[in-house]
Amino acid sequence: MSHTNPSPGIPVDDVRQDGDPNAAVLEVEDLHVEFRTRDGVAKAVNGISFDLKPGETLAILGESGSGKSVTAQAIMGILDTPPGYVTQGSVRFRGTDLLTLPEKDRRRYRGEKISMIFQDALSSLNPVYSVGFQIGEMFRVHRGASRADGKKKAIELMDRVHIPAARQRVTDFPHQFSGGMRQRIMIAIALSLDPEIIIADEPTTALDVTVQAQVMQLLADLQAESKMGLILITHDLGVVADVADKISVMYAGRLIEQAPIIPLYGNPAHPYTERLLAAIPRVDLKGQELYTIKGIPPNLTDIPAGCAFHPRCPYTQPICSEQVPPLVDVSDGRRSACHFWKEVLDGSLQIR
Amino acid sequence: MGTYVLRRLLQMIPVFFGATFLIFYLVLGMPGDPLASMCGERGCDPATAAALRAQFHIGEPLYVQYFEYMKGIVTFDFGETFSRRPVLEVMRDAFPITIRLAIVAFTIEICIGIPLGLLAGLRRGKFFDSSILASTLLIISIPIFVVGFLMQYYLGIKLGWFRPTVSGEAPWNELLLPGIVLGTVSLAYIMRLTRTSVVENIHADYVRTAIAKGLPRRRVVTVHLLRNSMIPVVTYLGADIGALMGGAIVTERIFNVHGVGGTLYQAITRGEAPTVVSFVIILVVVYLVFNLLVDLLYAVLDPRIRYA
Amino acid sequence: MPSEDAALAALTLGVSAEKGAIGKPRSLWSDAWHDLRRNPTFVISALLILFLIVVAVFPSLFTGTNPKFCELGQSNKGGAPGHPFGFDRQGCDIYSRVIYGARASVTVGILVTGGVVIIGGFIGAIAAFYGGATDSVLSRFVDVFFAIPLLLGAIVFLQAFPFRNIWTVVAAIMVLGWPSVARIMRGSVISVKESDFVTAARALGASDMRILVRHILPNAIAPVIVVATISLGLFIVLEATLSFLGIGLPSSTVSWGGDINDAQASLRSAPHVLLYPSVALSITVLAFMLLGDAVRDALDPKLR
Repeated sequence: MSHTNPSPGIPVDDVRQDGDPNAAVLEVEDLHVEFRTRDGVAKAVNGISFDLKPGETLAILGESGSGKSVTAQAIMGILDTPPGYVTQGSVRFRGTDLLTLPEKDRRRYRGEKISMIFQDALSSLNPVYSVGFQIGEMFRVHRGASRADGKKKAIELMDRVHIPAARQRVTDFPHQFSGGMRQRIMIAIALSLDPEIIIADEPTTALDVTVQAQVMQLLADLQAESKMGLILITHDLGVVADVADKISVMYAGRLIEQAPIIPLYGNPAHPYTERLLAAIPRVDLKGQELYTIKGIPPNLTDIPAGCAFHPRCPYTQPICSEQVPPLVDVSDGRRSACHFWKEVLDGSLQIR
Repeated sequence: MGTYVLRRLLQMIPVFFGATFLIFYLVLGMPGDPLASMCGERGCDPATAAALRAQFHIGEPLYVQYFEYMKGIVTFDFGETFSRRPVLEVMRDAFPITIRLAIVAFTIEICIGIPLGLLAGLRRGKFFDSSILASTLLIISIPIFVVGFLMQYYLGIKLGWFRPTVSGEAPWNELLLPGIVLGTVSLAYIMRLTRTSVVENIHADYVRTAIAKGLPRRRVVTVHLLRNSMIPVVTYLGADIGALMGGAIVTERIFNVHGVGGTLYQAITRGEAPTVVSFVIILVVVYLVFNLLVDLLYAVLDPRIRYA
Repeated sequence: MPSEDAALAALTLGVSAEKGAIGKPRSLWSDAWHDLRRNPTFVISALLILFLIVVAVFPSLFTGTNPKFCELGQSNKGGAPGHPFGFDRQGCDIYSRVIYGARASVTVGILVTGGVVIIGGFIGAIAAFYGGATDSVLSRFVDVFFAIPLLLGAIVFLQAFPFRNIWTVVAAIMVLGWPSVARIMRGSVISVKESDFVTAARALGASDMRILVRHILPNAIAPVIVVATISLGLFIVLEATLSFLGIGLPSSTVSWGGDINDAQASLRSAPHVLLYPSVALSITVLAFMLLGDAVRDALDPKLR
């Protein structure tokens, strides 16, 4: 196994560190991603902007096809190119625009400064290598550690994510662990070099409810320990409620609402968010019909004109199919992209 | 792992008995006089006919025949050829030559086939890939004896780079041309198989994870992608070497190599059924052993199999 | 020559019946047909094969010369008016032998493939569908046949007959060629068996036979078709190899393999004798391989 020299240090590091300690670690601005396929150009991400402060948890919420995973991949720089292309926008990590970096430099951020964990741990881990190998690899490649050191660190990390009998299990293979344990191993890998941001793409979707809660708790604890930023990508409102500080809701590649968690749940400022919340089954409404949002998410090669949600929106007006609603500030820390956000907020909308 | 090995060994036993029985049936059990088919259209001289009758216990009940047949196999007594040499001895002389030939072919296949297949897979859809696909398809389509003749003619006779036929002792350098011919077809299969495997695995989730871990591309390809992609290739190689051992009968015939295949071919043309049958049985056993080794190798490469 | 099943595995890697993705059998087939029609490889190879079949069935349309009419005086001569490919060692017209030789190869190929698909498909489907003990027994049975390399087994089989004709050759190849198809069918049925629509059919009370024939088979058959097409090419090669080794078709039948075998004697002096049947054989096999490739690409959901 070749012995890679440790990276000499990320060039443009904490430019703003001596300034504002609360400055955003990650700033995504006007990101556009499209997929060029033989059936047409699918506009997966259409101008999304958000930022992340140290220790903050941002949840990106949306249905399948909303562009949330693509956004994460674009940030990490692991987009499948072709057919995916970033056509516009910037992704600034502490001031450095990652999108303009050559691949050689970009790679240094992956795993070291920004890590990612994926939905299906079984297929995301290499089946032919032991978990100790895969965790230790981070140290061997990025820090020039020896095999023995790598293994030692792997055991430490496995302990940190609460995998029992770490010393014995470090030589086991991914398929020998349960789903929840495997996800912890992914987290251990992501955590290994103390990154500043972890992006978790649907980390608990493949797990059952009790295990879900454990894994989410683990993530929350780890974050509290290390002041790491966490971007949580999910479609599950329930998962988000406990851990997120603020939520960005995406639809058809656009950000349609962003708010801190309590205002969002208590008083949404966009019909889509409102309908999503209404769709959550509630114990006190037992016996009534379950509510769903009619229709399906749009085909990304043919996004509806104006507000992308208007064909499914119960409050749609003529202006909704003509003009794309701009993302406006609703109040401090809240934004919404709806022509009628005021009416949604105060509940005065008429259903068409 | 131990149970896996044991299970495979146990599975081999009925297969061994089944295969030997099948061969037995084809030779002795079919309706009609076995001597007639063994001696072919020309018929045998009385001495040979008598020897055959004795060896195969023709005329006695079928179960006696089978018992004697199996006894012969288990005691490595395969009888004699028409020229009164023990079959086992003939086999012992022929095998080393075929092994040398197989090694030449095998080395060529691996050293050229796998790297080219890997490159083709990494450059899927590009010109290199398309040309690899086209050329391998062409090679596979041309029957090996045509390839053999063409090479013998052009490289051996016309250009004189190689001896067109191989002498009796078959030294390494003379085996180069037949080795190339033998290896060419397998080379094409290996290139395709590696390419397909790489293409399938390159979009796998664990490759995405490896990239997300910030690993350099070279490591992602050689450590993560290659190891998984090699699994079907290695199993193919295992089966292939068994087949190579099985006597590259066509190649040996074209180049007059006195290996297992060449000897078998002569036995066929002379109508020496007992020799043919004995050779085939030995080769089947060799083939089974290699299949077993391949399965074990598969378990080494893919940890998921060990606990299946 | 690499072992048949290993070769088949190498060529068909990537073909699988996608679990449950094919709710309605029609959508995969109409999609595949749609793709195939536009694929130049498919069009070319399909036309070529059609042409070959015509040549095989109506050789007299292409040549007036009798392939068995041989004058030793013309031995090994090159091309002449009316005899574009020249003459072989016996003085027979090579061009007409190539034309008439198509029949043997095509016939053997089609018969063997048909038989192999029926036998192998049946056994593989039954083994996979009923599972359990049936599967174990049948799989061992398949393994036994697999243990004998195709060429060697065909040789032993053919030894059993003092006479040689096209039927013994077909039978020889068929007897040892069916296991590959059986394995593919078995794997395919196993993965389709787990699909939701099968469970649904069962829940609606459909009988075993009905489920197998109406629901499972149409979805499981895709990889089998690919294997069958590619195998056809390999079977033709095998027949030629057997004829080449002198134990295939009798010399009274005009065949490419036999002609190639005869050509070896005059390789140095008259290479054209070898060339034409070799090219004919190679083109035929190539056509089937290309067809198999095109069909596989059209049917493989992963390559979309």
